[in-house]
Amino acid sequence: MDGFPILSIMLLVPLLAGIGCFFVGTNASRWLALAGTLATFALGVILWANYEIGGSQWQFTERAELFAGFSYALGIDGIALMLIMLSVFLMPICILASWSAIQKRVGEYMAAFLFMEVLMIGVFAAQDLFLFYIFFEAGLIPMYLIIGVWGGDNRIYASYKFFLYTLLGSVLMLIAMFWMVAQAGTADIPTLMQYDFPVGPQFWLFLAFFASFAVKMPMWPVHTWLPDAHVQAPTAGSVILAGVLLKLGGYGFIRFSLPMFPDASAQLAWLVFALSMVAVVYTSLVALVQHDMKKLIAYSSVAHMALVTAGLFAFNVQGLEGAMMIMLGHGLVSGALFLCVGVIYDRLHTREIDRYGGLSINMPYYALFFMLFTMASVGLPGTSNFIGEFLALAGIYQASTWVALICTTGIILGAAYMLYLYRRVAFGDQKNADAAAMLDLDKREWAMLAPIAAVVLWMGVYPESFLAPMRADIATLDARLASAAPDGDSQLQAGAPRDTIANAMARPEHEEGEGAH
Amino acid sequence: MDYASSFALIAPELLLTGAGLILLLVAAFGGDMMARPIAILSTAALFGAGIMLVPGLHSGVMGLDTYAFGNLMRTDAFALFAKAMIYLAAIGCLMIAPAYFATASNGNESGMRAEYSILVLFAVLGMSIMVSATDFMTLYLGLELNSLAAYVLASVLRNDSKSAEAGLKYFVLGALASGILLYGMSLLYGFTGSTDFGAVRAGLTGELAIGALFGLVFVLAGLAFKIAAVPFHMWTPDVYEGAPTPVTAFFATAPKVAAVALTARVTLEVFGEQSDAWQQIVMFVALASIIFGALGAIGQENLKRLLAYSSINNVGFILLGLAVANEAGASAMLIYLFVYVAMSLGSFVALLMLRGEDGTLFETFDDIKGLSTTQPLIAWALLLLMFSLAGIPPLLGFYGKFVIFQATVEAGLIAFGAIAIAASVIGAFYYIKFVKVMFFDEPVDLVKGKSGAAHWVLLILTAAIISPLGYLLTPSINDLAGKAAEALFLIS
Repeated sequence: MDGFPILSIMLLVPLLAGIGCFFVGTNASRWLALAGTLATFALGVILWANYEIGGSQWQFTERAELFAGFSYALGIDGIALMLIMLSVFLMPICILASWSAIQKRVGEYMAAFLFMEVLMIGVFAAQDLFLFYIFFEAGLIPMYLIIGVWGGDNRIYASYKFFLYTLLGSVLMLIAMFWMVAQAGTADIPTLMQYDFPVGPQFWLFLAFFASFAVKMPMWPVHTWLPDAHVQAPTAGSVILAGVLLKLGGYGFIRFSLPMFPDASAQLAWLVFALSMVAVVYTSLVALVQHDMKKLIAYSSVAHMALVTAGLFAFNVQGLEGAMMIMLGHGLVSGALFLCVGVIYDRLHTREIDRYGGLSINMPYYALFFMLFTMASVGLPGTSNFIGEFLALAGIYQASTWVALICTTGIILGAAYMLYLYRRVAFGDQKNADAAAMLDLDKREWAMLAPIAAVVLWMGVYPESFLAPMRADIATLDARLASAAPDGDSQLQAGAPRDTIANAMARPEHEEGEGAH
Repeated sequence: MDYASSFALIAPELLLTGAGLILLLVAAFGGDMMARPIAILSTAALFGAGIMLVPGLHSGVMGLDTYAFGNLMRTDAFALFAKAMIYLAAIGCLMIAPAYFATASNGNESGMRAEYSILVLFAVLGMSIMVSATDFMTLYLGLELNSLAAYVLASVLRNDSKSAEAGLKYFVLGALASGILLYGMSLLYGFTGSTDFGAVRAGLTGELAIGALFGLVFVLAGLAFKIAAVPFHMWTPDVYEGAPTPVTAFFATAPKVAAVALTARVTLEVFGEQSDAWQQIVMFVALASIIFGALGAIGQENLKRLLAYSSINNVGFILLGLAVANEAGASAMLIYLFVYVAMSLGSFVALLMLRGEDGTLFETFDDIKGLSTTQPLIAWALLLLMFSLAGIPPLLGFYGKFVIFQATVEAGLIAFGAIAIAASVIGAFYYIKFVKVMFFDEPVDLVKGKSGAAHWVLLILTAAIISPLGYLLTPSINDLAGKAAEALFLIS
């Protein structure tokens, strides 16, 4: 793949398709969007196939100096690769999810989604600080329009809140970026990741970046825009929000806050832990009492993301790997859960949990998928989220046993609200005739849910495929953080290794004797 | 320095003067019948004057070669850059005028008056003199020539009470500001014995005497009035709302450039060594303009009023560059000015295109509800303009803010920059309200009128400039602005 600008092409394909969507008719724009996103996904697969595990840290790099302080620098490491894959994988599914649900101004809608895709790939691939900011911030425009034009009844409030919250969070980051570039003399992200900023300013820089990423993440107490935005956004908008946009916060922490300001991160880890603990418990309890399915899943996202932040600030390999795996797993699972809500919303036009019930009787396949994703959200072994949650908690335990204890209650509460949701929707009596008359999944919905289900199981059964590309990068990051890492309170003692491997079959002593009878 | 070379230096001004006087005669004898040819010829004169600037702009002239009339004026790269923007903005405002006056329904006379273009020409001439002034006398001459033309322009719709009110308010408050400015100038003259910028600068070494400080404050106050910065902004919404829309577009662009350039020249050149004395004032004015401009705009229902507050808000960002008081800041200020001119011109053109079937102009939010379904092209152009004004990447408005804040942070004014950028979020609120009204609300389908080709050309041109395509222009704008800033700092 030497010299072939695959990342630029991945940006260009959805961009051109998006521009095209403005000019073609309603139905043509649907097909064009689907073709564009599928082509981008195919390029993503090529990208992954050609990504050399254990090769240089930054691959597929492209660089062109533009003008005054900007340069067009792209390149990915394993972490970015996985998140790009998540984005391009979810995109065609989003287009399918909006196929018949969106009936007005379809061309503009599809264009907004394709522009979103350009910006998401760009955010993860950018290697220039300001280029990153442009992609990061520009996402506000299409998302504002998606929520505002095609959203629910209270869409205007939600779109304003989303826009202003996120904007206020990120402008301070821009000021910090200017300072960093003036100090380090470069806007190149890989260089800055190795640059040692003085400890004093690191504190302020960290807070400026924290303001931005905490809002995006979102962390308690600045999470309140999320339930509103999720509830009002159309289904596909929720999928993108939960699946990818929330990951920008985590990506920001792992790419900027931790490697660039390791000392400040260590100093302020208590703050992140405290906010995460509050979020895990509080938002899980809030999720328990929701009557609106989307709101429930939105609050569960906040709780899961809190586990990500806690894992990241554990300053060890398990924590970082776990955080990344939760992000990937949650991206798939929460996206899929929103799709599941969308499927029944399209039929009954309500998200009220009480209006449903007993769906496993008339929609058995739907109930099956919904159960799989519910279980995955709970973190059942064999599904994607188990890997991430287990690793993250193992990492957090090394950093602080108390935080691990509180965060684990989040898993229990998570099981509570998800299973309660599932029971009310899928089991029990068929309370309403109209809900009982709903048809099971059609082919399009199968095409949406089946691929996600397959990947969720793949990630749960063989996570190595996903961990392998990230391993070297996480090890690099861990080495970078090692000097600043605070002491944990778990005081793990490595015992003497056993003589035999742990899973060797113990042979009974008398076996031979029995055979001799 | 002989007169011939001095005249050669002010050739664009001479062209404008000649064109203005001749066209005035044409207007006197031809009457309003000649309005259209006069507008075309004025545009041509402005264009010709603009062409004359190109060689100097390109080579970045500065230094002694640019002194005219024994250093009463200086046509260095800084002046040329400002003039180029003024001429371009004025050409834009002349292009959109005929269609407006042809159907102006808010006065009971129709048709464009012949004097309109000539007044614009003279106003531009005044601004040309302002930006090249290096003597308080030249400064005042240019300022008054510009202002007198502007007072008349504001009330050019003689039978419209709003327009007359705008003109009167502008005149009374403008005269007051001129008085304050004159008083400041006389104090400075008293303390230094000269009106020449260089001589005043030489006379003001070291700590400022209290009287000279008063002089500085009065001069700054007078100039702040002209650029409509808080706390001297009160006239702006009324004048912008009352004046005919093409005139408002003119006020929001060309005189703003001239006054900002003049302010930069006065502060950096005359008080260059006392930057401590005025930096705080400018910082306060900049922050106050950003915050009050944004807060004032939030409650507005009238679009022209809203854009007036938006211009106050933008002036705050421009002054941010000035407050930095170094070359990078001045260059950033000029880049922002360029972006600002494109954005405001575009917004006012879009406003002019919001007309009903009978040609009535719409001016409130209620009239543009759901515009995106009825007039998608105008709505999308306005969307780009509004997001650009809010400074959201990848639009060019972001680049303007980018360079300004970069200069601020690099100069070490970090806390100041952080407060200003946080305040810019308040502004985003009303810009996205535009988008909300046009895109999210149910359409009312009032805007049905056809717009002329000139409007479309300008709208699409400005939308293209502020769209990501505009970044293609940035290398040359950066280059020109850099040279202009260098010229400005050559003395100091």
